[in-house]
Amino acid sequence: MDLGSISLVAFLASLMVASTPILLAALGEMITERAGVLNLGVEGMMIIGAICGFAIAVESGSAAVGFVGAAVGGALLSMLFAILTQFLFATQVPSGLALTLVGVGLASFIGQPYVGAAPPAVGKMPIPVLEQIPFFGPALFQHDAMVYVSLLLTLAIWAFLKFTRGGLILRAVGENHDAAHALGYKVRLVRVMAIGFGGAMAGLGGAYISLIRVPQWTDGITGGVGWIALAIVVFASWKPGRVLFGAYLFGGLTALQLNLQAANVPLLLVLPYLVMLAGVVYLAIAVAAGSWKKTLDVKPTLKTFAQFIGSGLALLLVGIATNYASGLDLLLLSSAPFVATIVVLVVISARSKGASNGPAMLGKTFQAH
Amino acid sequence: MTELLKLQGLTKAYPGVIANDDVGFEIAKGEVHALLGENGAGKSTLVKMIYGLTKPDSGTMTLHGETYVPTSPQAARAAGVAMVFQHFSLFEALNVAENVALGMENPPKMKDLAKSIREVSENYGLPLDPDRTVGDLSAGERQRVEIIRCLLQDPKLLIMDEPTSVLTPQEVEILFKTLRQLQSEGTSILYISHKLEEIRSLCDEATILRLGKVVGTCDPKATSARDMAELMVGETLHIPTRDAKPSGAELLSVKDIEFAPQNPFGTRLKNLSLTVKAGEVLGIGGVAGNGQDELLSVLSGEARAQSGSVTLEGKEVSKLGPNARRKLGLLTAPEERLGHAAAPNMSLIENTALTAIIRKKLSKNNFINWSKTESFAKEIIKTYDVRTPSAAAAARSLSGGNLQKFVIGREVMQDPKVLVVNQPTWGVDASAAASIRQALLDLAANGAAVICISQDLDELMEISDHFAALNEGRLSAPRLAKGLTVDEIGLMMGGADGASKAEPEAEPETMGASA
Amino acid sequence: MISLVKRPQPSKAWVVATPILAVLITMILGGLLFAAMGKDPFVAIRTIFWDPLFNPDFAAYSRPQLLVKAAPLILIAIGLSLGFKAGIWNIGAEGQYIIGAITGASVGLAFYPMEAWFIFPLMVIAGALGGMLWGMIPAILKTKFNAPEILVSLMLVYFAEQIMIAVSLGALRNPDGNGFPGSRNLAQYASSANPELIAGTGAHWGVIAAFAAVVAAYVLLSKHLLGFQIRVTGESTRAAGFAGINAKRLIIFCLGISGALAGLAGLFEVTGPAGQITTSFNTGYGFTAIIVAFLGRLNPIGILLAGLLLALTFIGGELAQFMLSLPSASIQVFQGMLLMTLLAMDIFVNYKVVLRKKEAV
Repeated sequence: MDLGSISLVAFLASLMVASTPILLAALGEMITERAGVLNLGVEGMMIIGAICGFAIAVESGSAAVGFVGAAVGGALLSMLFAILTQFLFATQVPSGLALTLVGVGLASFIGQPYVGAAPPAVGKMPIPVLEQIPFFGPALFQHDAMVYVSLLLTLAIWAFLKFTRGGLILRAVGENHDAAHALGYKVRLVRVMAIGFGGAMAGLGGAYISLIRVPQWTDGITGGVGWIALAIVVFASWKPGRVLFGAYLFGGLTALQLNLQAANVPLLLVLPYLVMLAGVVYLAIAVAAGSWKKTLDVKPTLKTFAQFIGSGLALLLVGIATNYASGLDLLLLSSAPFVATIVVLVVISARSKGASNGPAMLGKTFQAH
Repeated sequence: MTELLKLQGLTKAYPGVIANDDVGFEIAKGEVHALLGENGAGKSTLVKMIYGLTKPDSGTMTLHGETYVPTSPQAARAAGVAMVFQHFSLFEALNVAENVALGMENPPKMKDLAKSIREVSENYGLPLDPDRTVGDLSAGERQRVEIIRCLLQDPKLLIMDEPTSVLTPQEVEILFKTLRQLQSEGTSILYISHKLEEIRSLCDEATILRLGKVVGTCDPKATSARDMAELMVGETLHIPTRDAKPSGAELLSVKDIEFAPQNPFGTRLKNLSLTVKAGEVLGIGGVAGNGQDELLSVLSGEARAQSGSVTLEGKEVSKLGPNARRKLGLLTAPEERLGHAAAPNMSLIENTALTAIIRKKLSKNNFINWSKTESFAKEIIKTYDVRTPSAAAAARSLSGGNLQKFVIGREVMQDPKVLVVNQPTWGVDASAAASIRQALLDLAANGAAVICISQDLDELMEISDHFAALNEGRLSAPRLAKGLTVDEIGLMMGGADGASKAEPEAEPETMGASA
Repeated sequence: MISLVKRPQPSKAWVVATPILAVLITMILGGLLFAAMGKDPFVAIRTIFWDPLFNPDFAAYSRPQLLVKAAPLILIAIGLSLGFKAGIWNIGAEGQYIIGAITGASVGLAFYPMEAWFIFPLMVIAGALGGMLWGMIPAILKTKFNAPEILVSLMLVYFAEQIMIAVSLGALRNPDGNGFPGSRNLAQYASSANPELIAGTGAHWGVIAAFAAVVAAYVLLSKHLLGFQIRVTGESTRAAGFAGINAKRLIIFCLGISGALAGLAGLFEVTGPAGQITTSFNTGYGFTAIIVAFLGRLNPIGILLAGLLLALTFIGGELAQFMLSLPSASIQVFQGMLLMTLLAMDIFVNYKVVLRKKEAV
């Protein structure tokens, strides 16, 4: 066990790399859902993006071409979903599941010749001047281009939704498709485009895994990231800034997991303190925001804080009781992202008290009369 | 006056039905033209063609003397045709300015738009705050959003589809003032309604549609409401007869309900109380969205108000679910026929089981007796003249009126002690509406208590013994329906008659005598 | 011009016809796929759908396999179909299957090497309970906190897989296994074995359970009040609320039952065909069962037939892999395409396609 071997710089850098695929896929799905469409096929579109990007990059020798191919591949697959749900009025939930099943199978099918192949390396693109800053430079500004692209996309999507007419129409279609239709907007067209965008973004996210994060091709390479991206959209209440936060939270968890594993530190040794630290941070933010807006509600804030501290202490006890058994720890480490997703979903759903703040038409089929 | 829009030979067929058959008439500049007809007469199809939402199979339209073929609502708006919808085409989660922008071709910057919304709305006496979220607005305010959206585009023809169904009489006056102002500025208005008195007071000419055909035109100011009604319906109406009835014991009593609905845009019920007695029909009026759905749901048991608030025959039922209340004799029929009162894809037999299992004892040891259910379904169909090929037909295959007869019949034939109905004749043709009202009256005559929530004031005046109105989740004190004036009703609907300073309820004896 | 016209009510004929047509169309699409890979499409389709049952060289081995592979699919799909009908989306059956196998196996291994008649029944109960508990997690999180059951149940699949790996390496590892991962072989331990009951048919206890589940589900849905409530809820949640149906109870019931059936499927698999818990015990029955449920139109009889068909694609797929060196993923693609085609064909159930001559305007 060697906690000291974990470098904060390397941790932050790996956090950004681990977060990028989730961020890309979640942003795309958020746009799809804002148009009122629930596409559960993210995992399938991601893995198709992963193999398309990989295969095209290997064949063309260019990772950039690979990423373009991944976006096209993801978007093409998503068109199957678009045809089913927008033109044949199929229910969205099973159609999304079907998309994932087809995508996973197809990817493994296409990928067979590429097992063991090496993709072209993707160079770093340090940002001039900023990369020189001590600590922050190597942590934040010495990444590959896709990391920056994903952050720029977050900004662009936020601006699109907030300031542009296109964004307004997209939101309108997601809020009330009958009204949008009555006003003459092409609900179906808007939705098909949103689905395609979601597919392209998922494709990019998948290719980021196969070309940069891993980088190689194996079956099932996305390993559930697409589903986590779906959960992040819910967690983020369909807002771009929060999608970024959620994706980085999960990326951070994954990075932490890898770093701890490398340093051979039991998760249960660190986790309790992290949870309690999160509680303190939460309290600080809540107090600051509350006193700024003059709406500090003391009781629930303290209750949430107490829950954080309580869960931290409970985890501490579990660790001591099991004497940091390596088997249990391995299980916890490897399942951490999935368990964390469930926790996050429960917390966010309990907060909204049953009333979804998602688009009103989410998952509903539209038919012009 | 010169002609603005001319329709000639417009025909539109849908499989199995000709919605419009050779329809033609003219609208002059600055004219308020009424389009009259029952539900299903083809009014909305006609309007959709004018607004570019559907294309006619044949026929022509000319606007300003030029051929007018709108391919989309955008094209219609560009040509100067604007429309205020009956079911609002608004987005609840967006704010007023965003909603307005969505209805415009080239909206200005949000800041400028907000300014012009303020200006125009003040000018026409319809004040509106551009930053408010539409979901938080009342029905009347929402209609303003639609109207302002149209006015900002300086329309030559404004189409209004049943605009007053969501307004109090006082709000109707304000709307009419606005419309007359527009008319004086040279805007033509196509006014769709089935409310004859309104049309008589507002419109210059009326075209009457029946079964997709023009059956007449008239000057509404010079034609009696009765003549127009007969043109519209095509038959003499059976008007329900109200038997004098004795009033009995108090059956249902609701005391100080405080209820916050789950839906963030729903209406909170505040301090709501009422009682109904055996043999009584209590009519509850009010503009849509003032707590009608919420009131029905706390009475049906789908939602629960605080304990002690609902009492049936002296028994506390406020925490009971729908089936426990059915067992005790409290039945309900909600407004939404498809998807609430009935499951659309299920057969009438299955839809009978939906509410009738308990009172009609259609199950044994939790196994449903389908043959017994079927015979009860057939009984409903026969008694209430529900037109359907068979009891096995899906609910969604029935016309609105027939399904409504089925839904009301299903509850009435279970012999309820108290029946609560919401909008029992909404969208139902006149003869079906008459038979539904008669069924409610017969039920009361046989000693049940009936609460009828409706937005159709004529209907309420026709069948109610007592009348009360919902306004923003509060219920006015019930008053004897007989002798109420339109002004008084308007004040009750507007909330001026506070529930708190309720005048003493008429004594049962007086009530019996007055009916 | 072609236009779609909504039918006044769903067409009963198309409800039956669409799955059959979907299978045929998928065969054609699959054939095209195989042709594109340079295989003879007719040989490929025959190898998958005909040879396992009727080719004398393979049938003796393959035919019993049909029931062996169909049983877990049918068991799981029956459970899923109840939820799907009510709009409750349990897509984590794979996880419930794994946990059922682990809890059931643990009970058996706890008794090892004692031989007693009651061990197997106890394991069956433990397997069902394990799967049910795993299914109750999303149910409780849904009813208490309104957490989306789709995502939670799916996340629990990944979690269950990690537990499976952990116990294969740890708690359940065979002490006499020379350090290899994986438990003792339960099929070789008489008191826990789930053997073929009638020689040559492949029928083990899981097959019996699957048939029983089909019958029970049929009765439940057509006659019982609870089945009616499930159907109403799926049609319209508001109408269900109006009918006084307790939505939370229904969620608990549907997820509990589907979890228990998936757990049973896992238990019968680990005690019979698989024999032991290993790091790769699960083979995707929980996901394929989703296709089975839809292909069977969420109808018990339909699921029975669909389960047999998809079992055939598994066996035929293996055969084609062996005989024609078709990649194993091609069967997965085929199954996914089948579901897609079916969903696409569904339009005929609710719509009529009408050819209309357009009049000149």
